[in-house]
Amino acid sequence: MKRAARYIIFYSALFGLWTLLAELKIWPPYLFPTPWGVGEALYAGFQDHTYWIAIRVSMQRVLIGYGISVVLGMILGLGVASNKFLEETMGGLLVSLQSLPSICWWPLALLWFGLNQNAILFVVIMGSLLSVTLAMEDGRKQMPKIFGQAGRNLGAKGFKLFWYVLLPASLPFIVSGLKQGWAFAWRSLITAEMLYLSLGLGQVLMMGRDLNDMSAVIAVMILIIAIGYVVDGVVFKGMERHLQNKWGLTPAT
Amino acid sequence: MSTDVQKFPNQFPISVDPRFPADSAGPRDRTRPVSVGRPAPAVAPEIFKVGLSDLCLSYRTQSGERLLALDHINLQVHPGEFVCIVGPSGCGKSTLLHLIAGLHPQTSGQILIDGKPVQGPGTDRIMIFQEHALFPWLTVGQNVEFGMKMKGIPKAEREEKIRHYLHLVHLAKFEKSYIHQLSGGMRQRIAIARALATEPDVLLMDEPFAALDAQTRDLLHDELERIWSETGRTIIFVTHNVREAVRLGDRVVLLTFRPGRVKSEFPVELPRPRHLEDPTVARAAREILDELRDEINRSLAAEYNDGVKPRIEPGVAGGSRV
Repeated sequence: MKRAARYIIFYSALFGLWTLLAELKIWPPYLFPTPWGVGEALYAGFQDHTYWIAIRVSMQRVLIGYGISVVLGMILGLGVASNKFLEETMGGLLVSLQSLPSICWWPLALLWFGLNQNAILFVVIMGSLLSVTLAMEDGRKQMPKIFGQAGRNLGAKGFKLFWYVLLPASLPFIVSGLKQGWAFAWRSLITAEMLYLSLGLGQVLMMGRDLNDMSAVIAVMILIIAIGYVVDGVVFKGMERHLQNKWGLTPAT
Repeated sequence: MSTDVQKFPNQFPISVDPRFPADSAGPRDRTRPVSVGRPAPAVAPEIFKVGLSDLCLSYRTQSGERLLALDHINLQVHPGEFVCIVGPSGCGKSTLLHLIAGLHPQTSGQILIDGKPVQGPGTDRIMIFQEHALFPWLTVGQNVEFGMKMKGIPKAEREEKIRHYLHLVHLAKFEKSYIHQLSGGMRQRIAIARALATEPDVLLMDEPFAALDAQTRDLLHDELERIWSETGRTIIFVTHNVREAVRLGDRVVLLTFRPGRVKSEFPVELPRPRHLEDPTVARAAREILDELRDEINRSLAAEYNDGVKPRIEPGVAGGSRV
């Protein structure tokens, strides 16, 4: 396995460089922790259940927020794609709104929902809704028209047409948008959690800062990356592969 | 036919093939029994399976001008009849099928199915598209099941019918396969099975075999003819291939190029089963081709005209060579 060898070489080099820099003690250990310092922090965090709780709370939030985004985004995207008036008016607004970092909604969210979970959910939804909407709009347009015609011809209409024809027909075209929406949701969540005592991963990370414990900060950062990577690599890759097998599309390399 | 002309006075003159008697446009003795009997014309006015009267479609082009796509189409199709529509590309023959299927509203005129006007899509008229209309996210069996599921037919009955119709097109073994795993010819057979499974009265076929190689097409002609005689469906079959039309049809209807009008109708009296290579088929096709050639020339002239949309005044009959 050449690929495995490359991975091992790259990551041992990275690890070696990190150890070397830490061992040289250019910066004090509380600013630049050693790999085993981070390892110990990870172990301790899981040992006293802090990380387990944080992961559970964060995952719960992101699933709720992202779930709402997907449902709303699909409805919105479908509306924009199939209505000329909406497309001309809202289409442009959606694209321009995408340049706004979702955390900018935080002050409004605080005023509207108060200092609680709903404010965080709102930021998560605003972070991922646009990606899903734009992906759905695009997918609906890219989807070959003939599927809709064939579906209507075979007696599907209204919600049945959407659920059994338009949605599955556009899935291959929206899966990358769904993936992007997930990434935005995850980032928005962590950002929002960092701003407020909330039990999630974001707060655990800020706790590390408050305690001047950079090992803990890096440990949580690794957790955040790992979870994002696993969802991307397992859930979305799996979905893509499944669709490719069904549709007979050649996998993108 | 003469009574029809009186009923629809603005129908265009019909040229009747001199070899055939003028009153023989309906379904005639074939090698199969005709499943639906026709009421005697003297007793009551005949109710056609599909009746188009003064059907027009016009639409606005991107530059804003109105383009007449279909111009006063009058056509009556008897129950169990196999009608082929030929015409140059751009004559609106596919559009005509979309209108009959109810996928698109007409501008004026009427589409009657068993004497009742069409209002939107219905599973009494199922379309078979040129290609790529099977659902790639479903298995072969699920594709055949789709229309029945939309109709709310119970699961057990659906499964029985999936087996029945896959058997009819000789693809029973492929029930669990996905569409991309099948060849082009197999896909069109699945499309036929999917269409038949909703038990439509009318099959609307939009150049279904155009993308297939010659051998596969020959095979599917035989199969379609067999299925037609076994199920007794009414078929309206659109093609640009005149020989194919003569090979399959009881009647061939020739449309003019832009706007689409019925130029002439040719009854095909040749005995079945026919073959694409039969000299009699070739001879009949030749005759139709001679009339079609003028229309093809007009369509080519329009194409060579550097993309300028031709504006043909309504009322000018086709046939002018440019």
